[in-house]
Amino acid sequence: MELKEKLISSFVAFEEEMDLNTRVHKIRSKNFDHFEKTGFPSKKDEEWKYTSLDNLLKKNYRIFTKEEFAIELKEVKKFFLYELDTYKIVFIDGIYSPFLSDTTHDGIDVCLLSAALNKNKYEKIINNYFDKITHKSDSLTTLNTSFTKEGAYIFIPKSVSSEKPIEIVHFSSGKQGNLFLQPRNLIILEENSTAQIIERHQSLGKSDVLTNSVTEIFLNERSVLDYYKIQNDSLNSSLIDNTYLSQMARSNASVHTFSFGGNLTRNNLNFHQFGEFIQSTMKGITILQGTQHVDHHTLVKHSNPNCESHQDYKGIFSNNSVGVFNGKIYVDKIAQKTNAFQQNNNLLLDRNSTINTKPQLEIFADDVKCSHGCTVGQLDNNSLFYLRSRGIPKKEAKALLTYAFANNVLESVKIPILKKRIKSLIANKLGVNLVYDL
Amino acid sequence: MLKINNLHASADGRIILKGINLNVNPGEVHAIMGPNGSGKSTFSSVIAGSDDFDVTKGQMLFDDNDLSDMDPESRAHSGIFLSFQYPIEIPGITVTNFVKTAINSIRKAKGLGDMDSSDLLKKIREKSKLLDIDSRFLSRSLNEGFSGGEKKRNEIFQMAMLEPRLSILDETDSGLDIDALKVVANGVNRLKTRENATIVITHYQRLLDYIVPDFVHVMFDGQIVKSGDKSLAKNLEEKGYDWIKKELN
Repeated sequence: MELKEKLISSFVAFEEEMDLNTRVHKIRSKNFDHFEKTGFPSKKDEEWKYTSLDNLLKKNYRIFTKEEFAIELKEVKKFFLYELDTYKIVFIDGIYSPFLSDTTHDGIDVCLLSAALNKNKYEKIINNYFDKITHKSDSLTTLNTSFTKEGAYIFIPKSVSSEKPIEIVHFSSGKQGNLFLQPRNLIILEENSTAQIIERHQSLGKSDVLTNSVTEIFLNERSVLDYYKIQNDSLNSSLIDNTYLSQMARSNASVHTFSFGGNLTRNNLNFHQFGEFIQSTMKGITILQGTQHVDHHTLVKHSNPNCESHQDYKGIFSNNSVGVFNGKIYVDKIAQKTNAFQQNNNLLLDRNSTINTKPQLEIFADDVKCSHGCTVGQLDNNSLFYLRSRGIPKKEAKALLTYAFANNVLESVKIPILKKRIKSLIANKLGVNLVYDL
Repeated sequence: MLKINNLHASADGRIILKGINLNVNPGEVHAIMGPNGSGKSTFSSVIAGSDDFDVTKGQMLFDDNDLSDMDPESRAHSGIFLSFQYPIEIPGITVTNFVKTAINSIRKAKGLGDMDSSDLLKKIREKSKLLDIDSRFLSRSLNEGFSGGEKKRNEIFQMAMLEPRLSILDETDSGLDIDALKVVANGVNRLKTRENATIVITHYQRLLDYIVPDFVHVMFDGQIVKSGDKSLAKNLEEKGYDWIKKELN
């Protein structure tokens, strides 16, 4: 059975476990109707021209998981920022793992979406925020919404700063066969609050995993969010990440996406600005080898005057890997004095790798500064000679230059331990030992 | 130490070096002068192992080892250093870390372990003092946003740190004002020992007032057409390269 048919026939079973008289369930049903009509995107859709889900959709996945498989902390410690004290919301095969998590209701809420959906005291917040900024035309998002059940819920009240970074980690055990996972995260920052969040999906076994994740993030006035996505999963795992940010006046959001692994990864990152003096930052480093495929689709919607957006994506591709960058900037005609910058630079380390890069600017205001640039190149031979003439072997010299190419994206990572981790992940990907702590 | 016999080299099918002969012994300073386009920079790149050029004929021996068989890093490991005319910029790698990587690469090739960090820092302090380098400069990204003079000073700093046996200084004087030139020349002179040798490549005689050569060679159209002592450089300065051209005709 194809995945779409299987999902449709599973929805009734899913409904049996849900309270059907809630507002949330009405939203689910409506979205399910939409998905049933549209189905999965195909290469005929302009937005999916360079990324095909066909092979993934042919596989047989388990859609519901009943039990949590226990995982020893020592097995997975390395996937956490264990050097730091952090809040953690951890899922194994889509099911909350209290053992690995470290949640809180003390001053801020770092807990489960299932709790927020079902408890009365959260009703007002859910009504205000849940499914408010998702794109109703995106069938994968509507699919996720139809099956919304579990994920991370983070609420930072007015003028509060989360003292610790918050980690959202989705493990798959590989012990339940192939899995189709649909986590749903809801993150709300009230006025003047701040948070740092790290999100990661990690498969621990050899079964195939397809994750269709949706995260809604609301930044109220003057709030500040740093969000880091670490995508270094194994080759049997694929991820479709749909992230939506809603920003109010003077808020500042940055999302860094580090894509070093996985089979197929699609990032749909959407920023919507609803006030003045907003800053939106999107940065990414992609390092791919072999059959891997990463597709970054970004959208920034400037709907008000005096806002800024910065995009800087670096891609490094080798050995048949394929990358896609599609960056759309929309500037409404009232959004005067917008500053929007977009940069996408790519290194193709051999002849067999591919990058499809497409900047899309739709500008309806006349007093704006918008720029975009994309480059596709290879390592500079002169630079390589310079390093080798200093005694640095060719492989290390290439790695150093590649590292230097991606470096400025790392500069804006605000958690030093995380920056160090990512540096070592990069060194590992490039196959060298780079020691930079002098 | 370095023996060049009838060296021919070409790039993209164009012959640039047309039979160079040169012997350099330990403790010697050689200057190679010549007009633009005579092949000076090509010559230095070919010795250091650039693959932009093909050696089509002749021989380059360093300690009786044939350089043609060695890649650029192996040449560096055996003690050859090229100070680049246009040093490249590497964002994100500090001068200190770059030098550390280079030193440890060379040590590794010799079967030695990494240099002890405190020894390395001590050496860095000593050599940066020699070249009048501010310590803040060492924590900046390699050559990124450096002025022309800073880049050249950084080249000589690397040379001081790596302690090569044969240094080739390609147009090290270009882009330097007179004060910077004195500092760089003074550094080069202080690094000179009886065991190491230097080839100074320059268009102008000015640098040779500060780094005094034992031998001066004039390169023209891919060949060394005249060799002499330091007085040859003075003659060139007075009479210009036309003098050589006339003499050749």
